Amino acid sequence: MNNVLKWFTRDSFILPVVAIVMGLILGGIVMLIGGYNPIEAYGALFTKVFGDMYNFGEAVREMTPLIMTGLAFAFASRAGLFNIGGEGQFLVGMTAATFVGVKFAGLPIYLHAPLALIAGALFGGLWAAIAGYLKAARGVNEVISSIMLNWIGLYLANLIVRQFLLLKGENRSVNISESASISLTWLSELMGNSRVHMGTLIAIVMAVLFYIYMWKTKQGYEIRAVGYNPNAAEYAGMHVNRNIVKAMFISGMLAGLGGAFQVLGVFQYQTVMSGSPGTGFDGIAVALIGLNHPFGVLLGAVLFGTLTYGSAGMSFAADVPPEIIRIVIGSIIFFIAAQGIVRWILKPFYSKRKKEKVL
Amino acid sequence: MDLLTIGQIINTTLVFATALIFASLGGIFSEKSGVTNLGLEGFMVFGAFAAGIGAHYAQEAGMGGTTSAWMGVLLAIVLGVLVSLIHAVASITFKADQIISGIVINFLAAGSTLYLVKLLFEGSGDSPLVQGFSKFDVPFLKEIPLLGEAFFKNVYPTTYLAILFVFLTYYIMFKTPFGLRLRSVGEHPSAADTVGVKVLRYRYIGVMISGALAAIGGAAITLTTTGTFSHNTVSGQGYIAIAAMIFGKWNPIGAFGAAVFFGFSQAIRNYVQLFEWSQSIPQEIIFMLPYLLTIIVLVAAVGRSSAPSALGEAYDPGKR
Repeated sequence: MNNVLKWFTRDSFILPVVAIVMGLILGGIVMLIGGYNPIEAYGALFTKVFGDMYNFGEAVREMTPLIMTGLAFAFASRAGLFNIGGEGQFLVGMTAATFVGVKFAGLPIYLHAPLALIAGALFGGLWAAIAGYLKAARGVNEVISSIMLNWIGLYLANLIVRQFLLLKGENRSVNISESASISLTWLSELMGNSRVHMGTLIAIVMAVLFYIYMWKTKQGYEIRAVGYNPNAAEYAGMHVNRNIVKAMFISGMLAGLGGAFQVLGVFQYQTVMSGSPGTGFDGIAVALIGLNHPFGVLLGAVLFGTLTYGSAGMSFAADVPPEIIRIVIGSIIFFIAAQGIVRWILKPFYSKRKKEKVL
Repeated sequence: MDLLTIGQIINTTLVFATALIFASLGGIFSEKSGVTNLGLEGFMVFGAFAAGIGAHYAQEAGMGGTTSAWMGVLLAIVLGVLVSLIHAVASITFKADQIISGIVINFLAAGSTLYLVKLLFEGSGDSPLVQGFSKFDVPFLKEIPLLGEAFFKNVYPTTYLAILFVFLTYYIMFKTPFGLRLRSVGEHPSAADTVGVKVLRYRYIGVMISGALAAIGGAAITLTTTGTFSHNTVSGQGYIAIAAMIFGKWNPIGAFGAAVFFGFSQAIRNYVQLFEWSQSIPQEIIFMLPYLLTIIVLVAAVGRSSAPSALGEAYDPGKR
């Protein structure tokens, strides 16, 4: 019992919760200023997500790629790297999965789908490893190289779809073959024909593997050591550069897998895109809300997914522009990042608690 | 291909480069003071938005084309400075992670501008079309072959303003006491503090100038090329401006060169069908080139990093 209480009074629990509450309140104030009723709006948001099975399934589908790009950002962060290239890694992984899904038709399902997933992860990882290598070998800032790689990835994805996979007369690829699909028909039927897929389960497994790797293995320890203090890690005999490339590779694998899920589980084809989908950038937000911890990322993706998917219902039922949710999410990250502000607001409560201890 | 086309390509290049020049100069002011600014994209979005509605309401109030456009720029500056205070308070006063704080700005920009546009214009995702700046010709100079076509015909005032600001920034940064102090705060804050430079104040000023300039950059897009603000008016230009700043090694002249380079890569898309040799190359490869070249240049230009030494670190006077 005491342990439970201790867990709930930890800073890593209180700060995000307070930040979320403050973000929601701030969003409510903005709604009030705009002449909307925040209670009605938030009500419509939650009814949208939890109102019926179909929408709940679709919300879960929306959360899944966010878990992956969130994990990707969090993993690199633990190694002290700012992987802003989740977007490009996501797209490259998506394209690799589409390619395998379309071109390797005829394989049995127990080979084809896994192969497409592995291709997505592998190429996403390699794409991120470019930025890792450039940092390790040439000292190029990973923020700038991965921003460039995002754009190159976007055009590369379009190039491959248009040159090799195009469905005649359409601006999209041909469908992947049935054997590469990771849709879960029985679960989908159970959930009102929403597009739920196996990727969600894989994403949760990945979060657990992330935890085990990072905190229970020697390799994970090295990555964290490099993240805390590269000089000390170097002095302790660790290969800093090798760990940088490795961390970026694993990070990119997670993002690439997220992209693969979207094709193999949701759309079954890939469009020629005029701009990035933004999932990689949203993953940064998810990871920040989750304090770069894998289980935090899961919760962050649930929150982010609920808010963004539900915001559609908000505009439908309460006529509130759904963009308000970006303001809410932005303020949540703001309050989490600027912990000083939250602490400053919580100060009266903190000092009260101390007094109790004294008594 | 004739001289006329070359002139037109240069002209279009400068139009596309204008916004990038402003934003990357803004980035330089913030980062020279030691505050990482990943929020340039957000500031540009706010600027583009403010310019759209500012010019619209000025027109409604009966102001003429160019006057209303300048009112749009004015509102962009005001909003840019106000929003930059969020970044400043979080990252300077409350010592939040500067990169995260910048990302928050981008998030807030994407959400709040679209929210406000829908609120102000009854659910429409675009602001009403405004007249913006009109193109003009410079008398006599426009007659010069090639140069006239490139620099003095069909030009926007914002382009000239941007080029003026490049030299102004250079002068301020390297020839005035203010610039020296700003740079010292970004290189070695505790040393600057010791000789009496108010570290936090200079950082605030750096971030505020940054917000204003990036917002002017966003305004330039609305008031020249698009004429209206929508969710994809800025679409990633802020990130390219960051690249231009780093590419140009935090030097105004260098950033200008990089911005022109990126502008050229955007302009070339409009003319690509004019080149015989380019017909066989998929357009995606041409789109990719500037980003690929950036990486190649970054790899080639290894060695000494030219980023300000204290970039990204919050200043804590107690730690001196």
